[in-house]
Amino acid sequence: MSIVLDRLRDRFPADVVSTHSNFGDDTALVRRERIVEILAFLRDDPELLFDFAMDLTGVDYLGEEPRFEVVYHLYSLEKKRRVRIKVRLHEDDPVIDTAVPVWPGINWYEREAWDMYGIVFRGHPNLKRILMYEAFEGHPLRKDYPKAKRQPTIGPEE
Amino acid sequence: MAVRHEKDGAPGHVLTTLESLIAWGRKYSLYPFTFATACCGIEVMGAFGTHYDLSRFGAEVVRFSPRQADVLLVAGTINYKMAPVLKRIYDQMLEPKWVISMGACACSGGFYNNYTVLQGIDKIMPVDVYIPGCPPNPEGIIDAVVRIQKIIETGAPRAADRWPIK
Repeated sequence: MSIVLDRLRDRFPADVVSTHSNFGDDTALVRRERIVEILAFLRDDPELLFDFAMDLTGVDYLGEEPRFEVVYHLYSLEKKRRVRIKVRLHEDDPVIDTAVPVWPGINWYEREAWDMYGIVFRGHPNLKRILMYEAFEGHPLRKDYPKAKRQPTIGPEE
Repeated sequence: MAVRHEKDGAPGHVLTTLESLIAWGRKYSLYPFTFATACCGIEVMGAFGTHYDLSRFGAEVVRFSPRQADVLLVAGTINYKMAPVLKRIYDQMLEPKWVISMGACACSGGFYNNYTVLQGIDKIMPVDVYIPGCPPNPEGIIDAVVRIQKIIETGAPRAADRWPIK
């Protein structure tokens, strides 16, 4: 078994829902309530030292409950290890605490997940759209976004 | 325009109207502004290069200031976020001005039927000549410039005169 997942389960037995290491990729599904604590533990634990938040993205499992998922991909430059952390979020409450205090560089990834999926990162210092413009309606990577929907054309700002 | 020659072949005098004289000057001194955002821009470079040599038709001096240009050549995909920038450039150009929409993306959105691409620049500005293709050949650009010259020469109404389309 993986040392990363073992340490994570030992430290947060109530918050880790399930784990697997399929194809050598350590993955943990966790609850959202203590996500910042879990991420800070992964960063600071001397055995783990996940100092590099490589990616954060969202997933829309339309038709499933919970519908949304937030995926963190972490890398340890010190230990040369990777781990994937997943959190499921319900459609009527797609809110999770921000990880910006843990890794400042995750700021823009969270903005992208908000822009594309409408996932709210509570406590984010600047949670606004990053790819689309402010007048854009909806979140385009949601699976129920209408393909032929047209967006408002905005004029030059005066 | 009618040129009367003397018997020794030297031109004696010219009869014309002021409008056609101005149009004659305008059509051979088009200053294009190229707004190239995608692969169509490569074809534009080919058209201005030595092989196709668009300067043979008088549209030689490419101006990258809209204040100095009178043909806007939109070559490439325009998305919703780019649209206000393009509109502002169009507004900054001085009258009279003409617009060439080059390629499937600028004309209609092309195959980008999605959440981010403007479905044709004629949603935001009048277009005089459309060039189909993905991307069009440099011959298509030359043909479009010649058609602009025809519009100027004949005094045909510009697309801006019938804008906005009802």
